[in-house]
Amino acid sequence: MKNFQIIKALTSASAVTNLSKETDAKFIAGGTNLVDLMKKNVTAPDKLVDINTLDLKKIEFLSKKVSIGALAKNTQVAEDKVIKEKFPLLSLALAAGASQQIRNMASVGGNMLQRTRCPYFYNTDMPCNKRVPKSGCGAIGGSNRMHAVFGASESCIAVHPSDMCVALAALDATVFVEGPKGKRKIEFTDFHRLPGNTPEKDNVLDAKELITSVEIPENNFAKNSHYLKIRDRSSYAFALVSVAVGLDLKNNLINDVRLAMGGVAHKPWRLTEAEKFLKGKTVSETTFKQAADLAMKEAKGYGENNFKITLGTNAIIEALTIASSK
Amino acid sequence: MAVKKTNKNNEVHDDSNSRRDFIKKSGLFTALALAPPSLVMASESKWDEKIASYLETVPLSIEINGTKHNLNIEPRTTLLDLLREQLQLTGTKKGCDHGQCGACTVHVNGERILSCLSLATMQQNAQVVTIEGLSKGKKLHPMQEAFIKNDGFQCGYCTPGQIMSGIACIKEGHANNRDEIKEYMSGNICRCGAYHNIVDAIMEVKEGGKLI
Ligand SMILES: Cc1cc2nc3c(=O)[nH]c(=O)nc-3n(C[C@H](O)[C@H](O)[C@H](O)COP(=O)(O)OP(=O)(O)OC[C@H]3O[C@@H](n4cnc5c(N)ncnc54)[C@H](O)[C@@H]3O)c2cc1C
Ligand code: SF4
Ligand code: FES
Ligand code: FES
Repeated sequence: MKNFQIIKALTSASAVTNLSKETDAKFIAGGTNLVDLMKKNVTAPDKLVDINTLDLKKIEFLSKKVSIGALAKNTQVAEDKVIKEKFPLLSLALAAGASQQIRNMASVGGNMLQRTRCPYFYNTDMPCNKRVPKSGCGAIGGSNRMHAVFGASESCIAVHPSDMCVALAALDATVFVEGPKGKRKIEFTDFHRLPGNTPEKDNVLDAKELITSVEIPENNFAKNSHYLKIRDRSSYAFALVSVAVGLDLKNNLINDVRLAMGGVAHKPWRLTEAEKFLKGKTVSETTFKQAADLAMKEAKGYGENNFKITLGTNAIIEALTIASSK
Repeated sequence: MAVKKTNKNNEVHDDSNSRRDFIKKSGLFTALALAPPSLVMASESKWDEKIASYLETVPLSIEINGTKHNLNIEPRTTLLDLLREQLQLTGTKKGCDHGQCGACTVHVNGERILSCLSLATMQQNAQVVTIEGLSKGKKLHPMQEAFIKNDGFQCGYCTPGQIMSGIACIKEGHANNRDEIKEYMSGNICRCGAYHNIVDAIMEVKEGGKLI
């Protein structure tokens, strides 16, 4: 790892100012992704701004919404009593990610900004448009078992690896950020982006902007929520495919529904068409099957990952079935 | 350590010697080395930038197994390397060095974390407990005893991490049944496959109800 300078930020404004002064500086929160990438020389900042001193760790229940500080730890959020009661989907998704040791270190903001886990991205001897723009994509025509089936482009087919983000996309969250030009908010589903021909950008955050918090509006999905994660081993592995479901049921009628998938695209993949189809219908296996087929209609495999299309369809049906029978 | 920089014309030059020379000649070094961490770390003061750029190491106060250490370390030193390479606490193991195996698990301020992904400089004033800090004199910690009794290892390489994780697993309240233990111990990989006996050991300590 290249040596670097590190300073502690005392306020979010000074964190942003400190970062803005440098060409090659980065914020560091838990460090579980950044330190890993620095060890592999995938990224080699000259300076780190440690933001752990900032007052951004609180989980606040306000009227009709919850606000989660960007530095709240993954464990802290997953095990928060009120989060478990009102937003169990978020808690389940967080608990399905990484390991307890990593969740104790990882922050909410860092989780959103973790880079792709495409093995070629990590291997500096291989071509990768995301790491070195215009160098080519090793995964297209290469080993791509873990890769995207939705929204990929000719320059990148990687997936965003976060579980938490799939739940936040389903739950209509909003991201609050602070940058050199001031504060702004971004709808969670607009936060991460598709690769297009600029796969080096995972999201719409400016390099000098700091995530301060995430807000989730209250909802009626608590009772019938589920996060289903399918992986190569039963724990401590990235998702092959995951599904986040929130159902608002009246008897067997689907009043409202939220559906999102992980492990299938460059961003958490919200299934809006399937949601529209399900709204107003009654719970049944046939309805769930139709919704799943609709959701996977546009899916496209790249060889090794073709299996994700069938797996995805079945995972949607399974997740809806589990959520509806809770 | 050489600091290579690339200028606008993409030429690489090494400025570490000139920097060292400057520090030596300026006589600033002693003054800076004695500066309290708060001064060196304070990002708002103009000094911070200057001090940080002239020093290749940063001061760190850290408590490990009850002993306070005041050290100077390179910012890139991980907590794992600090323990093993500088403090000769080699009980904590380096398996993958990338967060994938759990061999490097230690407790920081009462919580289990991965020391390989933790920059030591970010653990200012932290209380760290490693496998070396568990026994009381010759008396082993109940979890150490349970691992021996239940054959919770073969080669033993993952064991310090498993034991640190196992203790935390109980303290967190995640050791209520075998399935829960398996899930919350999944961050500790054992190449020898001693998993069954590891779960036995943790169950035994949990049910034994001893203070851990
Ligand atoms: C072995 C392993 C397995 C894993 N498995 C999973 C898994 O199954 N599911 C899953 O979801 N995740 C998994 N992860 C990823 C893990 O969740 C992330 O590494 C973690 O969430 C990152 O958070 P952090 O605080 O450590 O981020 P850091 O590493 O500190 O930061 C990551 C990036 O975000 C930036 N950043 C951090 N905070 C802010 C902020 N507030 N504002 C602006 N920029 C910021 C940093 O500059 C950096 O670029 C795994 C990681 C490892 C190592
Ligand atoms: S899929 Fe994306 S991240 Fe992976 S090699 Fe191709 S460009 Fe790089
Ligand atoms: S050495 Fe830290 S997780 Fe493997
Ligand atoms: S005992 Fe050999 S790796 Fe676990």
